[in-house]
Amino acid sequence: MARLSIQKTYKIFIGGQFPRTESGRFYPVYNSGKELLANMCLSSRKDFRNAVVAARKAFGGWSSKSAFNRGQILYRIAEMMEGRKHQFIAEIMSQGSTQKQAEQEVQTAIDRCVYYCGWCDKYQQLFSAVNPVASAHFNFSVPEPTGVVSIIAPENTSLLGLVSVILPVIAGGNVCVVLASESKPLCSITLAEVLATSDLPGGVVNVLTGQLKELHTHMASHMDVNAVVYARENRTEIKAMAELCSLNVKRFFHWNHDWKLSSSENPYLILDLQEIKTTWHPIEKIGASGSGY
Amino acid sequence: MAIAKKKVTKPIAKKSVVTTKKVSAQKTENPSSDDFWKYAPAPESKDHVTLKEKYDLYIGGKFVKPNSGKYYETINPASGEVIAKIADGNEKDIHLAVTAARKAYDQHWGKLPGKERAKYIFRIARMMQERAREFAVIETMNGGKPIRESRDIDIPLAANHFFYYAGWADKLDYAFPNAKPKSLGVAGQIIPWNFPLLMAAWKLAPALATGNTVVLKPAESTPLTALKLAELIHDAGVPEGVVNIVTGFGPAGASLVNHPGIDKIAFTGSTPVGKYIQKAIAGTPKKATLELGGKAAHIIFDDAPIDQAVEGIVNGIFFNQGHVCCAGSRLFIQENVAELVIRKLKQRMKTLIVGDPMDKNTDIGAINSKEQMDKINQYIKIGIKEGAEIYQPECALPAKGFFCKPTLFLHTSQSHRIVQEEIFGPVLAVQTFRTLEEVIEKANNIPYGLSAGVWTDKGSKIFNLTTQLRAGVVWANTYNKFDPASPFGGYKESGFGREGGLHGLYPYVSLQS
Repeated sequence: MARLSIQKTYKIFIGGQFPRTESGRFYPVYNSGKELLANMCLSSRKDFRNAVVAARKAFGGWSSKSAFNRGQILYRIAEMMEGRKHQFIAEIMSQGSTQKQAEQEVQTAIDRCVYYCGWCDKYQQLFSAVNPVASAHFNFSVPEPTGVVSIIAPENTSLLGLVSVILPVIAGGNVCVVLASESKPLCSITLAEVLATSDLPGGVVNVLTGQLKELHTHMASHMDVNAVVYARENRTEIKAMAELCSLNVKRFFHWNHDWKLSSSENPYLILDLQEIKTTWHPIEKIGASGSGY
Repeated sequence: MAIAKKKVTKPIAKKSVVTTKKVSAQKTENPSSDDFWKYAPAPESKDHVTLKEKYDLYIGGKFVKPNSGKYYETINPASGEVIAKIADGNEKDIHLAVTAARKAYDQHWGKLPGKERAKYIFRIARMMQERAREFAVIETMNGGKPIRESRDIDIPLAANHFFYYAGWADKLDYAFPNAKPKSLGVAGQIIPWNFPLLMAAWKLAPALATGNTVVLKPAESTPLTALKLAELIHDAGVPEGVVNIVTGFGPAGASLVNHPGIDKIAFTGSTPVGKYIQKAIAGTPKKATLELGGKAAHIIFDDAPIDQAVEGIVNGIFFNQGHVCCAGSRLFIQENVAELVIRKLKQRMKTLIVGDPMDKNTDIGAINSKEQMDKINQYIKIGIKEGAEIYQPECALPAKGFFCKPTLFLHTSQSHRIVQEEIFGPVLAVQTFRTLEEVIEKANNIPYGLSAGVWTDKGSKIFNLTTQLRAGVVWANTYNKFDPASPFGGYKESGFGREGGLHGLYPYVSLQS
């Protein structure tokens, strides 16, 4: 007698916990043979707000971790993904890809994680400057994370697009609430399970599943969100979200890259979610101009 | 700038020495103004400056009449007298300017090698240095700021800004590691009235260095130095249409923002207008730089060099009559030194000379416009009504023009409107604190994040503070310092993008990987 397999209940990921949506709602996801794959959470506005609270709470801790430590944690994510490789591949195949495509996608996703792991303690040196001001001051500029970021992950892939937009955000010390692909959501929650076991503090990445048309205005209008990354192609949504971003001068980025290409990974995506801080301090008795107080 | 500052502080330092002696030797903590040295009037001469009766728009390399045929009067806020008539540009003028800028970009400037662009920008810088005195006098006549500030800060910094960015024009490939920078096209730029020429320089210099052409709209109340700059740019032989300057009011600015022919909008001004612009360009490919309002925390710890800190406080809030987006308008003093700092601050405020901006001894000049004067007075009323204790030194104000006494509000709290909202005048809201954690939380608990100041002699404390304060510019043991090489710009609702330094190039290029 064949053994009855254990199916996974796909939850959402908020503050390091795995609740179902507070709304109690769901939407079914089928494979190409019209078989039910999962009853995904149809996340609500309230779920999003809860996730923003969790993200804000995590921001101080994550942004003040040493850059080296953040790099190690990103590497740990890659290690955990490698261990779950077959699960990711199976999920991607169940959502319509061939074995070869699925393997390629998972490998690229894991390698991308290693790529951004390496950037964690290097982009600062690339984007900092010691500025040769004319007065007797020591003056330098460094990047600092923007804060809480709403991310709308690409729709057309389950895993690769998702990790490609999360990684540059968190590598730079930001925290995020990400809405996964609506039609291919399975890997997002499996990735959340990876993140939960990768020493990533709870709340740094929060993952919701559901409908963008229902959530996009909230993701752009929330007053405790500092930036929005939008990685889909709907012009109406882009305009609506970018307009709402003006409520509290959120930074809005439309990332439209082909995430399969290696050119889509670069430190300028990290820089998008950074603020440049310039610090001045007098230097005692330099040259003829005296102290710079 | 340090040189300028020295000139400011030296006589004052002498004065305060005299004062302290008197105070400690005898009686009162409120010496009358007789205790201080009186200064004889030292007005800067206006003879060297000639202003035309009427100024036209600068479009496509020509000075042209506005489409409306209308001109408005621009005044000297220190006297109220009309000093020139200014073309009132409208949507059609903006359209002509954008068209001229596009043509210049496509046919010439966009293709010009960086080395050649650089030489034009260097020329602008040098000619501005040559005409610095003229620019300084006009800046003060039109804007009301003390001549000492126009002469020693605004004009030299503006010229230096051009000089700094000129050198970048042929070196852009070194600025963006492993990415090819490409100019954007036509940049629309809207600037405020508080640093009219300096803001024009902050906008034009990086835009031109990166190969863009520009339509610049100066503030309606302070257009004169921008129009003089148009003459200078013309004299420098900058090809026609590369820089276009259209004067006018809000609607002209709005037409510029909404014009489909621009690729970039750079704006310095209030947060509400910045939000309007961000909304207006949503969904378009236009890039934006917004440099908006601020309400900086200026933090004094008990281990700070108190006398220097008091100078820093004064410079932080009374520089340019407090018409400074990064003004240190929220003062936080550690509780155990609050009494001492406030006493010294009050004494120092008594020595400030409020009056004729053209006088070289003046510390606080004229408020820029009647509108701004009304706004400041409104906030002073609000502060009193909210229960804060007001302090203004006794000083005579000129009978004509718009002037405001330097003003302190003591015993304020986080919820006061004078603590939360940007006043843009010489009004300082004072709070006290006990612990470092408390002051960080209070300092950051505001939608703005442009600048901050910290005074302490302990290095590790400085870096703790400067790391945790959510602001784009942090001055430690100094305040209100600016330099072309130093990036400037805000966090949160103070805007995004940087002006100055290497980081000031980013907003004017797209990077091709």
